[in-house]
Amino acid sequence: MKIAVCVSQVPDTTTKVKIGADGKTIDPAGVTYIINPYDEFAVEAVLQLKEKHTGETVVVSVGKESNKEAIKKAFAMGIEKGILVKSDAEMDSYTVARNLADVLKEINPDMIIFGKQSIDYDDSQVGSLVAEMLGMPSITVVVGINLEGNKITCEREIEGGKEVVEASLPVAITAQRGLNNPRYPNLKGIMQAKSKPIEEKQPTYTENKTEILTMKLPHPKPKGKIVGTDVSAVPELVRLLREEAKVI
Amino acid sequence: MSKILAFVESRDNKLKNSGFETASTAVKIAGELGIEAEVLLIGSNVSSIASELNAYGVKKVLFAEDPKLEKYSTTAYSKILAETAKQINADIIILSATSMGKDMSPVVSAKLEAGLVSDCIEIKAGDGNITATRPVYAGKAFIDVKVNSAIKIFTLRPNVFKPVKSDGVTSETEKLNIALNDSDFSVQVKEVVISDEKLDVTEANVVVSGGRGLKGPENFHLVEELAKVLGGAAGASRAIVDAGWRPHSDQVGQTGKTVAPSLYIAVGISGAIQHLAGMSSSKCIVAINKDKDAPIFQVADYGIVGDAIEILPVLTEELKKVLSN
Repeated sequence: MKIAVCVSQVPDTTTKVKIGADGKTIDPAGVTYIINPYDEFAVEAVLQLKEKHTGETVVVSVGKESNKEAIKKAFAMGIEKGILVKSDAEMDSYTVARNLADVLKEINPDMIIFGKQSIDYDDSQVGSLVAEMLGMPSITVVVGINLEGNKITCEREIEGGKEVVEASLPVAITAQRGLNNPRYPNLKGIMQAKSKPIEEKQPTYTENKTEILTMKLPHPKPKGKIVGTDVSAVPELVRLLREEAKVI
Repeated sequence: MSKILAFVESRDNKLKNSGFETASTAVKIAGELGIEAEVLLIGSNVSSIASELNAYGVKKVLFAEDPKLEKYSTTAYSKILAETAKQINADIIILSATSMGKDMSPVVSAKLEAGLVSDCIEIKAGDGNITATRPVYAGKAFIDVKVNSAIKIFTLRPNVFKPVKSDGVTSETEKLNIALNDSDFSVQVKEVVISDEKLDVTEANVVVSGGRGLKGPENFHLVEELAKVLGGAAGASRAIVDAGWRPHSDQVGQTGKTVAPSLYIAVGISGAIQHLAGMSSSKCIVAINKDKDAPIFQVADYGIVGDAIEILPVLTEELKKVLSN
């Protein structure tokens, strides 16, 4: 079985966002970049499937030179091959997906696993876009995978519960927190990841469907009211919620 | 621009609240652009519920009805939506950014080669133009986006666009004729497991979240009791999810769920930046924390500096009293 995983490199969750000089993207100064947290669940899922069912694994990423760090993280965890479609251009989800789809078409995987969304643009689009571009079904926000032969049963998270979804391979899946506990790379893995080659490709598609006009920060909130310092403040808090904020 | 097609979600033959938001927003935008809006329902018996949309000014409801469509299928539902858009020549498609809408919309985007803007919190339309505002970095920033493709798709964040009732119109209904074969059901929901009476944090109008300040999982019931009195849902900080006190599905924050309820009560949560990102667009925020310097107080409208375990039961009782009057 051939299993592919797609990863991206994103600002760490502790990042305080500052708007960049172009007014459309964030200022990268001082930002720590990490592999997208949901992609770690995807990488772990690929490794577990490989361990159970045997097969080849490959990681694919579209983006800047720095995305190699995300690929290396996947290597360190145990993914065998890596491909970077290298581009410094700002790409929307559609364009990223088209480039991924073009690379994945050649690889012809039985399964492709993605993180359910990248925590920078939060689009939740790329996995399903790639699947449809390749003519395979997609199952998103997955918290459980059971593969038997060609048949896959997944649990996906929905509002207030879960759906049990069935499909046949080939299939694309997007991973949600709770699917597994991503392994920590061991020293051997980290050392090997450093020397493992990453195949570089040129983008095949660059025309975005969407265009960011401006990026702005949320309006700063006026300072709130400290109602009190113990239980005696409770009645006043309830009064404020009822009469001032009118939310209860 | 010629026409808007809004997909309105139903489950178990009941329209979802977010569906009314989608329909109403489609009608509003269509008005601003001087074009028509039509609504699409998909299910096993949806024609029986179409009239519920009359109150929101929807003039035409299209429905795809088949026993096989009773449960959601990514492939079948997205095919129907894409085919319907082609049949009626819609160039704007609107869905709700629910788990169903988020699942379907990229598939439709690929089918129609249409740009998709996810999770919009505002849509401005006029002079033939349409731009959307959406949060990025889990709400640490916002972007204004326009779509350059001929067909444009937008998903609306639930709970943000309030449905507006307009003068009752009687919607015209039309059954669609879209041929579906077995391969259109290559992904199929077999079973839906809803947690017992548990309201999801993303759908609740009030969310009460607990953190480390609760001292242990045995005290989490205090959060649940407060949430229950307010008819809301209980959420959790990443710290207590990572500690195994609560399931991942309860986590509010950048790597959990993003919520924007009318009232958000953070209990014993210090307010790490990744938590703030997931809840700071809530309309009213209350923080209860014993550390007066906790960052949560920076975003709170009202705060009590004190021990959550002492304050919660008193607050729950007080609310019970007030709300029963």
